This record gives sequence, C-alpha cells and structure tokens, in this order.
Amino acid sequence: MSKVTLTDSGPGLAEVRPAPATTAVDLTGVGKTFGTGTAAVTALRGIDLRVAHGEFLCLLGASGCGKSTLLNLLAGLEKPTTGTVSVTAARPSFMFQEAALMPWLTAARNVELPLQLAGQGRGARRTRARELLELVRLDGVGDKRPHELSGGMRQRVSLARALAAATSTEGDAPGLLLMDEPFAALDAITRDVLQGELLRVWEATGTTVVFVTHDVREAVRLAQRVVLLSSRPGTVVREWSVDEHGPELHDEITGRLRQVITSHAA
Amino acid sequence: MPPELVEHRNTSTDTNTDTGTDDSARALAGLDALDTPTVNRVPWWRRASRSVLPPVVALVLIVVIWQIVWASAVTPEYKLPAPAAVWDEFLGIVADGSIWSILWTSISRAFLGFAIALVIATPLGLLVAKVPVVRSAIGPLLSGLQSLPSVAWVPAAVLWFGLTDATIYFVVLLGSVPSIANGLVAGVDQIPPILPRVGRVLGARGLASARHVLLPAALPGYLAGCKQGWAFSWRSLMAAEIIAAGPALGIGLGAYLKNGSDFNNIAAVFSAVLLILVVGIGIELLVFRPLERRVLRARGLAGA
Repeated sequence: MSKVTLTDSGPGLAEVRPAPATTAVDLTGVGKTFGTGTAAVTALRGIDLRVAHGEFLCLLGASGCGKSTLLNLLAGLEKPTTGTVSVTAARPSFMFQEAALMPWLTAARNVELPLQLAGQGRGARRTRARELLELVRLDGVGDKRPHELSGGMRQRVSLARALAAATSTEGDAPGLLLMDEPFAALDAITRDVLQGELLRVWEATGTTVVFVTHDVREAVRLAQRVVLLSSRPGTVVREWSVDEHGPELHDEITGRLRQVITSHAA
Repeated sequence: MPPELVEHRNTSTDTNTDTGTDDSARALAGLDALDTPTVNRVPWWRRASRSVLPPVVALVLIVVIWQIVWASAVTPEYKLPAPAAVWDEFLGIVADGSIWSILWTSISRAFLGFAIALVIATPLGLLVAKVPVVRSAIGPLLSGLQSLPSVAWVPAAVLWFGLTDATIYFVVLLGSVPSIANGLVAGVDQIPPILPRVGRVLGARGLASARHVLLPAALPGYLAGCKQGWAFSWRSLMAAEIIAAGPALGIGLGAYLKNGSDFNNIAAVFSAVLLILVVGIGIELLVFRPLERRVLRARGLAGA
C-alpha cells in the first residue's frame, strides 16, 4: 500500500496540503475550552493538524498538553469550541492505557463486541475475531477470560478489539486508531516487544494511527512523524518527520520538550 | 510452553526480514509463557471435604451438647426437648404427609413473593442508579426501608388487607424489594468508569449500552442484592406467618411453629425452627451460592 507522509519539518511547510482523498484527519484552527468565565480552562488552542491515510503519527507532550482532549475530539466524543474537525476514516477506535476488556467476556467475545454492536452476524463476527487474534499472535487464547491473561496479552486483545471496531462498518475507508499511551502501564520488556508488534500490525493493516505518548524514545521508534505539543494550553510547537532525521533526532526532540516544560517553572 | 516448540511462520511480505519477525514472534511467545497468570484448580473432592466436613462436624457437636444438656436435666422437659423427641415429631409430620403441604405453602409463597420483588426492584434499582433526581428523592428511603424490620408492617397490613395472602405478600415485598434494588444500585455504582466509556467508543448507545455493558458489569452486585433479598423475603414471610394466622391462610412453616407454641409442644416448635433454617440455608446453598460462584469465577473475582 502507499503511505503518504507529510514531510513537515518547519513552520513554512504548513501550506503543503495533501489532496483531500488521502487525508484521514484534518484539524483547522481547533481550540477547546472547558467551563466559562474566570473558571474557563483552555485545553487546546489553534491546532492545525493533518494526518494522511495510513500514517503513523505520534503526539508528544508533557502533562496538561491536552492530548486526551485532542483524541476525544478525533473520536467525536467531544466538540471543539473553535475550528473544524473532519475525520474521513471509518469509525475511529480507541485504545487506552488500561486494556479495559469486559471482564465477563472471553478474549474472542471482547473482540467480537464492536462487531456485534455494529449489527454483524454471528458467523462473520467469529471469523473476523479469529483473524484479528491471529494477527496479534493470540491464536488459541480466544476462550480465555481477561483475568487469565498477562498484561501484555490483554493489551493485544485490546488492540485486536480496536482494530475490529475500526473496521466494523462496511466500506473501503481504512480505520483510524487512536492510542492514548497504550503501553505506559506495561513493564519495559513487554513494552519493547509490543512496540515492535504494533509496527508489524500497522504495516499489515494499513490503519492510520494517532499515538499519544510522554516518551520521546517511544515516539521516535514508532512514528513517521512526531508532533510536539506545548502545555496549558496545548498548541503545536514543532513537528519532525522521523525518516529524514538521523539518530540525533531523539536528543533534539528531548531538548525542545525540556524547553516547553521549563517555561512552566515559577 | 518452551519457546522452541512455538513455530510462527510469517507469511506477510510487508516486513523487512523474515528472521526479524520470527524473533519477535518467539520473544512474544516466551513473554506470554512467562507472564500468564497460573491458576490453581482445586479438585472438587478436596473442595467438598473442605467446605462440607467442618459444618457437619459442628452440627454433630451441637447435637451432642444439646443431648448432654437435656440429659443433665438442668431445664424442665417442656422448655428443652430431647433431640430424639424433635426427631420423632419430625418423623410424625413426614409420616402423616402434612410436612409437604406445610413446606409447599411457605416455599411457594416465598418464591412467588421473591419473583414479584425481582420484577419491581430491578427497574426501580436501575432508575435510582442512573437518574440523579430519583436517586436523591428515594435513594435514602430505600436504604432506610432496608434497615426497618419488615415485621413492623404486619399490624398495618392486617388492618389493610385482613388475614389474607395479600398481607403476607405485602410484608414479603417490603422486606425484599429494598435489598434487591440497593444491590443493583451498588452494582452499578461499582462499575469501573472506563467500561462504559469503552462501550461508547465501541459503538454502544442507549439500550445496547445497558444490555452489553451496564447490566453485565453490575451483575455481581445485583446477585449479592438478590441473595440478601431472598434472605429478607424468607425472614419476613416467617414473621408474617407467625403473626397473621387464620383459616384463609393455610398452614405454612410459621403457622406450624405458632401452633406448636400454642399447644405447649416444644418438640414441634424446635422441629419448625429447624425446618425454617434448613429451607433458608438450602435455597442459599442450592441456588444462590452456585450462581454467585459461577459469575465471580468467570471474572476472576473468586478463588478457585
């Protein structure tokens, strides 16, 4: 499949816009304010962001950068105060820090749940769930309950369920996967392996991924493009195309992140 | 499973090198093998001996002490009967067949009352749990009713409905509805907030959300409420049957107990109390305990 990468390494390149057909997500001048009057808190301000179909984008930022708000806007769970959000992908699906599997359902039934909610028949559902569990290398554990699985396995079931949700509606539009620090609660070894697995699954499925993280190393390893957000309110500070930079990128991004954080001192 | 037994052949051509993904698959399989929680299943006979033997031994001890106290004759015969006399009384009602009508009268009332209570309490509990106005309006009342002994309603019920079945059911319902409704409220309150959120992201709205997320997630609390509701309805039924006795009401366990007391037949009183206990414990052990065990075990909430 073809991947369109927005090579936007400086403010001047923001005008380079891909053709609408290849854009999965288009945010223009998006702002979000919670509350009114003196109690108002601005979570996001003036966000312009485009994500191409099949792109892997990492949103990086310290606490309070409005990452979760941004994901909620993309998922349609909240409405922006200003600006427009347009998502042309199929139903966006979420993955959280916790696997958040339904504890009363088996692994396979958890993966089937979004398909069931979308009204798919039993046979089609089962086949699809088996395929997806195979994709995340969990064939054979479909009958297990969440508590019988390790943390890493649960998170992979959650990934399979998110993929099921992203493709639950008919049509050709590839799915959009919104990931809110999905590996943050795992131990370092499991996280390392799952990052590799996520890349493999992403390449195999062609899904668009918007991945939120605190971790520069994780962002650089996974993403094609890293977007650094400032905190309170969240704005886009800079973005880097990972392919175009060498190994010094990690230090450069870390340096900028430090600057953003230091500006909040005192 | 040792890693060398796991053969993942990668057929995807998207990946860079075949050996790389093979490594990753092996690493993953190894991690899964190391991290999977181990579940120790206790064989059923050991579980049975562990859960059945102690209460049986305790029961035998109680009967032995009872026999010793009776034999020492510190209390007059009309206050404490011999275990054998109670056994004879029991055999007597079995022999003349009256035990079946006594048991049927009480148990059928308890079951019908409990079923009606379920039908009333379930929507009531959902309303209290999900509608803030309803909760602040009748939530405290519901908790208050739970601590009010339902036997307190018997005099009023007798005045309203006379000595009829309506009196009995009224008391039983007031005993069990608050427990069941409160159990459901507690069950809904204890749902981790992430689950409804995930449900919404996966496309569950309105009724589908209630059916696929809310109700199954609240099931353990609901079941606990039902269990307590059963105990309360059985208790209220006995209170009602003892106080409200009349020809229109037939002879249930409560009336049998009352008759024993009225005729100074202490053996019949003991036999009635024991029967009430046995039925209450029996339903709990045969119906609610297995149900609860299944639900909790499926969620990994109860020890094997």
